[in-house]
Amino acid sequence: MAILGPILGRLLKAAITLLAIAILNFFLIHAAPGDPAAVIAGEAGAADEQMIADLRAQFGLDQPFYVQLARYVGNVVTLDLGYSFRQGAPVLDLILDRLPATLLLTLTAFGISLVGGIAMGVAASARVGKIGDSLLTGFALLFYATPLYWAALMAVLVFSVNLGWLPGFGYETVGANYTGLTRMWDILSHLVLPASTLGLFFMAVYMRMTRASMLEVGQQDFVKTARAKGLADPIIRRRHILRNALLPVVTLAGLQAGQLVGGAVLTETVFAWPGIGRLMFESLAARDYNTILGVFLVSAAMVIVFNIITDIVYRLIDPRIGHKA
Amino acid sequence: MSFWKRFSTNRGAVFGLILLFLVIAIALLAPFMFPRGPWAMVQRPFLAPFDAAGLYLGTDTLGRDVLSGLVYGARVSLLVGLISTVMALCIGVPLGALAGFYGGWVDECAMRFTEFFQTIPNFALAIVLVAILEPSLGSITLSIAIVSWPPVARLVRAEVMSVTKREYIDAARLAGLSNMKILIGQVLPNTVSPIIVMASLMVATAILLESSLSFLGLGDPNIMSWGYQVGAARTVIRTAWWLSFFPGLAIILTVLALNLIGEGLNDALNPHLSRKGRA
Repeated sequence: MAILGPILGRLLKAAITLLAIAILNFFLIHAAPGDPAAVIAGEAGAADEQMIADLRAQFGLDQPFYVQLARYVGNVVTLDLGYSFRQGAPVLDLILDRLPATLLLTLTAFGISLVGGIAMGVAASARVGKIGDSLLTGFALLFYATPLYWAALMAVLVFSVNLGWLPGFGYETVGANYTGLTRMWDILSHLVLPASTLGLFFMAVYMRMTRASMLEVGQQDFVKTARAKGLADPIIRRRHILRNALLPVVTLAGLQAGQLVGGAVLTETVFAWPGIGRLMFESLAARDYNTILGVFLVSAAMVIVFNIITDIVYRLIDPRIGHKA
Repeated sequence: MSFWKRFSTNRGAVFGLILLFLVIAIALLAPFMFPRGPWAMVQRPFLAPFDAAGLYLGTDTLGRDVLSGLVYGARVSLLVGLISTVMALCIGVPLGALAGFYGGWVDECAMRFTEFFQTIPNFALAIVLVAILEPSLGSITLSIAIVSWPPVARLVRAEVMSVTKREYIDAARLAGLSNMKILIGQVLPNTVSPIIVMASLMVATAILLESSLSFLGLGDPNIMSWGYQVGAARTVIRTAWWLSFFPGLAIILTVLALNLIGEGLNDALNPHLSRKGRA
């Protein structure tokens, strides 16, 4: 398989990147205000000198710098992200508990934005210079300038408060104890608003990119040949232009995945969506640095996974890539 | 005047420019329009727009004038947007220029470094940085700069690489100019136009970032900003829609203006590139 070699390379690179992020995290923890031991002692409700000294020894804070660094990186490699004293649980448990909700939200938003953006971009490029194109481009420009959290709030206001069509809060109806299909339907109805508002901004990005890419590919010689052969316009657009125009869009989508994960913090905050973004928001107010940095590390890992997946998809769409590499 | 001519053929860009001038004027005139400042309690809380004379956008949860907050918020948005962009340019331009000019291992190292920063989800990094440095105007600006320089470095690197291949650079070398003199005097001036275009779009992104941070409660506690206004009104969206609606509108208009200006600048400065693959 020609596909495996480069993927292994990507995995190695991903591991190095994660290691670098863990090291960055270590420095960030040390830059955080207050001695961690004093902070912990304060949170535990006691703060005499002896206890702080004991804590320092227990957490290895009296060790030299490089020992602490090695220890921290070792912990991260063994998936120990520290303990959240505010929540009274290991950070990893907190994150694993919340991760499925975030994955559901970001993947749905990613799907919506990619499909919607490409469809709008293709539609706009087919009507270039006409009123339909101007409308779609105008919408994209507007979405592109709209803060994610504001779009989310307005969606709650319109579709939940005023029209009463969709729930604007939470992950499922609390206390309803639905099971099976009813529960799935319930979660789905809660998912619509957060996923579409998170996807809106990225839809605008992909729409602009698809439109530009379609127009550019449309001017190439092989398209003229197809047209000269007498093929119908829709067929040329679908088979000849779109397939080639999608490549830069997929690349961009992979790069943008990180923004999507970051944007989830805002969307989850507005919709009280119980994901890691909401966890980060809750930890901000409490200055729970272990949790904040844990979420940061995990979201960076998510981006890396996203990127590897895009890379695979890219190779599947365009078999030429594998041979070049 | 061909630059201005080309810029003004793009009607959207002219509209954006007028809008931006309006926002700048409002920001500058804020202390004259509302001498009491944005934090003063002027009436009872939760007054809807136009309910009380002189309070066109109503009052917020603590009885502060929403319009006054909007006007002062414009200052923070523009200031943070501008300064963080300048700071991002100060990191990205030298790094990209050195990478593109010297190539080889310098390029390799610089690009690995840039790639690393591009992989990290930039909004999450900004949150972490502001939370750790404690929210203040300085830490917000610095954090936004730290997360937004990588695209600049990549752009400048690509531009410098293509300019360095031109013949006049060979001529400059033959004339005995030093590397630094060639890079600063001959290469960089020819990469300015795409940098200007990118910078105008970066100011827009920075304003969005700043407002998102303030929305999450990571704004400078002493300074009124649009994101803070929306964030403070988040929980009362059901009863007091105007508290979040108007600041959001202000953000959209300002960001839209900057994006439109960026497109106009692109048309005017890179005529041969205009309307092509940009997203």
